[in-house]
Amino acid sequence: MLKEKGGLSYNTKMEIETMDIKSEFAERISEISGANLFKCYQCGKCSAGCPMAESMDILPNQIVRLAQLGQWDEIQNSNTPWICAACLACSVRCPRGIQIAEAIEAVRQICLRNRNSERRLGLSDEQIKELPPIAIISAYRKIAE
Amino acid sequence: MTKLLYYPGCTLKADAQHFEESAMCALKELGFELQELERWNCCGTVFSLATDNTMFHLAPLRNLLRTREEGGDKLFTLCSMCYNTLKRANKLFNEDPEKNDKVRKAMYEEAIAYDGKTQTLHLLSLLRDEVGFDTLKNKIGKGLNGIKLAPYYGCMLLRPDGLGVDNMEHPRVFEDLIRAMGAEAADFPFRAECCGSYQTAQQPEIVAERTRLIIGSARKCGADAVAVSCPLCAFNLDQRQAIAARLHSDFELMPVLYITECLCLALGIEFKEPWKAFHYAPVDAVIRKMEKKA
Amino acid sequence: MKGSPIKKIGVLICHCGKNIAGTLDIPELIRGAAALPDVAFAGDYKYMCSQPGQELLKEKIKEFGLNSVVVAACTPNLHEPTFRKAAAEAGLNPYCVEMANIREQCAWVHQNNGHSATEKALQIIAMMVKKVAQNSPLFEASIPIVKRALIIGGGIAGMQAALDIADAGYEAILVEREPSIGGHMAQLSETFPTLDCAQCILTPKMVSIGSHPRIRLLAYSEVRGLEGYVGNFKVKIERKSSGVDWDKCTGCGICMEKCPTKVPGEFDRGLGKRKAIYTPFPQAVPNKPVIDKANCLYYKKGVCRICEKNCEARAINFQQEPQIIEEDVGAIVVATGYDLYSTENLGEYGAGEIPDVIDSLAFERLLSASGPTSGEVRRPSDGKIPKSVVFIHCAGSRDPEKHKPYCSRICCMYSTKQALLYKHAVHGGQPYLFYIDIRSGGKNYEEFVERAQSEGVIYTRGKVGRVYQEGDKVIVQGVDTLLGKPMKIEADMVVLAMAMQPQLTTPELRRILKITTDIHGFWTEAHPKMNPLGTTTRGIYLAGCGQAPRDIPDTVSQASGAAGKVIGLFSQNELPLDPMTVYVEEDLCAGCGLCVAACSYEARSLDPQKRIVLVNAALCQGCGACMIACPNGATIHKNFSRKQILNMVDVLT
Repeated sequence: MLKEKGGLSYNTKMEIETMDIKSEFAERISEISGANLFKCYQCGKCSAGCPMAESMDILPNQIVRLAQLGQWDEIQNSNTPWICAACLACSVRCPRGIQIAEAIEAVRQICLRNRNSERRLGLSDEQIKELPPIAIISAYRKIAE
Repeated sequence: MTKLLYYPGCTLKADAQHFEESAMCALKELGFELQELERWNCCGTVFSLATDNTMFHLAPLRNLLRTREEGGDKLFTLCSMCYNTLKRANKLFNEDPEKNDKVRKAMYEEAIAYDGKTQTLHLLSLLRDEVGFDTLKNKIGKGLNGIKLAPYYGCMLLRPDGLGVDNMEHPRVFEDLIRAMGAEAADFPFRAECCGSYQTAQQPEIVAERTRLIIGSARKCGADAVAVSCPLCAFNLDQRQAIAARLHSDFELMPVLYITECLCLALGIEFKEPWKAFHYAPVDAVIRKMEKKA
Repeated sequence: MKGSPIKKIGVLICHCGKNIAGTLDIPELIRGAAALPDVAFAGDYKYMCSQPGQELLKEKIKEFGLNSVVVAACTPNLHEPTFRKAAAEAGLNPYCVEMANIREQCAWVHQNNGHSATEKALQIIAMMVKKVAQNSPLFEASIPIVKRALIIGGGIAGMQAALDIADAGYEAILVEREPSIGGHMAQLSETFPTLDCAQCILTPKMVSIGSHPRIRLLAYSEVRGLEGYVGNFKVKIERKSSGVDWDKCTGCGICMEKCPTKVPGEFDRGLGKRKAIYTPFPQAVPNKPVIDKANCLYYKKGVCRICEKNCEARAINFQQEPQIIEEDVGAIVVATGYDLYSTENLGEYGAGEIPDVIDSLAFERLLSASGPTSGEVRRPSDGKIPKSVVFIHCAGSRDPEKHKPYCSRICCMYSTKQALLYKHAVHGGQPYLFYIDIRSGGKNYEEFVERAQSEGVIYTRGKVGRVYQEGDKVIVQGVDTLLGKPMKIEADMVVLAMAMQPQLTTPELRRILKITTDIHGFWTEAHPKMNPLGTTTRGIYLAGCGQAPRDIPDTVSQASGAAGKVIGLFSQNELPLDPMTVYVEEDLCAGCGLCVAACSYEARSLDPQKRIVLVNAALCQGCGACMIACPNGATIHKNFSRKQILNMVDVLT
């Protein structure tokens, strides 16, 4: 959260507090995805090989870390889950076998199921005409309720 | 003529009709007849990665069941995404007893129970394992000699590990096929880098950026065209060049061809005029070059 | 057991601090143990293995006149010898002492269930009381020792072990598979953290090996067979056919000069050329060449013979046959070393097909003054001096999913060294290191990393995702996990710090030596803490990277340790044998021979005249496989008879 004082904007919450560190969230992801995020040792190979990383505000390895520490708000406000193209490059290269793409799918699912995502896929008639069915169906499957 | 039970999937009946037609022409020449599954439904396009909802797997499994109903044990596909979804669903059916139980129960109204025995066969595997690249090379001869093609695998032909058509990090099958057609295979570092997939609906600019990178890499390798086997990759790499060109004045268009279109040309089959209209980046020049060679 | 005195068994229960007492109810165990038949005393102590604990044991033996003892504590692997020795000091036959394992097999595994665990512990104690009641006193026999050692592997580990053993006054036979000793250390440029030249510190040792009066160097040779037991091994060694009579050869080198065939040299990791008749490097010991038969024109086509024509000593012998020699040795040091995991295994880093992506040993050759570029760092593809080099740590290491789960331990340090040496060698050159964690736990190691960092080696915390060629650049697609930013480096060259793995020939040698390896193929030590130099076979010791990845200081220390073990063994004239073996009740033996086949130690043979089986007590390891194989119950394990085992089972029923 940014606040302003005397022309200087500063962050009001820099610290991760003990009470925030709840593991239920990582467990929920694990239930949906089958990925054990606690195995992560933060090598970053997922992010290094991610084709979409440049467009993400938080890298995949950081998503995993945030999930370990129960920082759901930050994940929820991130564009990363919605940028991920589920190409699986991260999952297949993870040295510890964590299914990262699957975990990110779980984040999407949690958002969509909670209906707290504003990311509804509204396609215009023009777009629907332009796009091949394979693109429309997969987009609906991934990023819309 | 060997009959193959064939699963087209949605896009081969729409934006990728030329993929289907060229495949049929080329395979006929090689002694295969594609017999479309009588009843088929959408495979769902993406394999559901959320493991707590099994119902998404019904769509692909029903297609595998139809195959058994029609007396087949192999289902042939052209589209990489269909291939991936069907194959993974079958693996899940065979290897996860809990999910197997759930989906069986959900398919109670079906005439027969699915036994998990339909194998999904992709075009590239068929050409490598059943036709054989040596046989193909002998049949084609000089073929596309002098043409350099950049083989684009994308994601779904290779990942996850063990389910793809070839070694995940170091595949060869596409290159081998291109060489069997007499052409040169570009050593193309972006061959398995994602095109952006379904983001094309929501974030076309991001996909255009991917396209610029991938096409740019193919150009640096000196390729005449990029060869693909997935209608979504084809759309992104070809149609999205429009946005790439708009955003980057130095971007040069590059033709994107289905591997089956290339195969037709290599086999001396005429490139049909209506196919051209499906392409965004102009293909005339490269086709003329390829026809001349073949 | 006729005339056996009344049993007076003592039970001593160890708390092991809280390891046992934290879970089990000790007073309850004492009460239960005291009530068991034949138990004359039951007591406890906080740490039985400590000096006061052992004194307590001795005291109670004397006080109660105990003739058997059960110590209820940890695994016998750890402290059985301790308590047996203590008992012997109190005048009790050590083989009348048994241990009841109530720690590993009870307290540790049932930490959340103290009540049931106490019941189980009491049953374990009761079983051992039953068993020990029928133990007999046993007496150790002894065998003579051949005071000559065999060292397998002529890298720095094997060399050090051979020198230490020979300097202590014993004979050593050093067997090396390659044409020269020196191992991988000979390939290195300079060594961390001191940056002293590997050749400068290694070659004098190589020369010492070659000239030592008590070292017999068998280069270009391999161990093909092994029989016998500690103190008395018989080893078969193949002296491979080199095509050169080394006794005649003067090492003048004219053959190598004249040979017309050039092939990529293994020593230079394929970056330089060698001839078809060659020594791996100019400082080779022995300085005698071998002919590479796969590439020699004479062996391939029957023509050429230029080396033969030019050899004044007439040492070339194309017809030379391999020769098998047999040697008697009393101890063996296995120092087979490592190899690098192949770059071909890393598809995402180019699968070994990008010419300017090389492994770390190849880069050592580029840095080495005696290397293919005479120490100028030039990249393999076009010989250009690379202006930027990326070093990728953990290439295949710490990757349980696809490659090797373990840390290769030396890569952090040698990559740091290589980056620094490169920076010194190439003016304006920029080294980049991609690491996951920097592991610099060694004397002066962290200081060395600090030096590299302060000299401008750029360390990036993140694993590289992909490496590919673009034009004449190698693109490294990585990430800086500290900043959370993807990172792309257009490098001229990439060095992969490949995982270390055991020599690929290890499985074959394992079959010959009958010692064990772990799932990665590294030799297994007898105990990771208490006997890290020994193996499951007495008299065979381990040194170097064949056991696990380690650096030069640790390798040399371990090799000296293994040599110390051998010297200790050789300091005795006779070797006591463990009497916990089997014997054959001749009246019951039908001479069927099933036990002979069941024995893994070749300790059994069939006496053709008497039609009974004989046991070689020196070879018998007391494993009991013969006892199971014998249909007549003729084979009896000393202090592990069928009756004893059934009695123990009875306690549970």
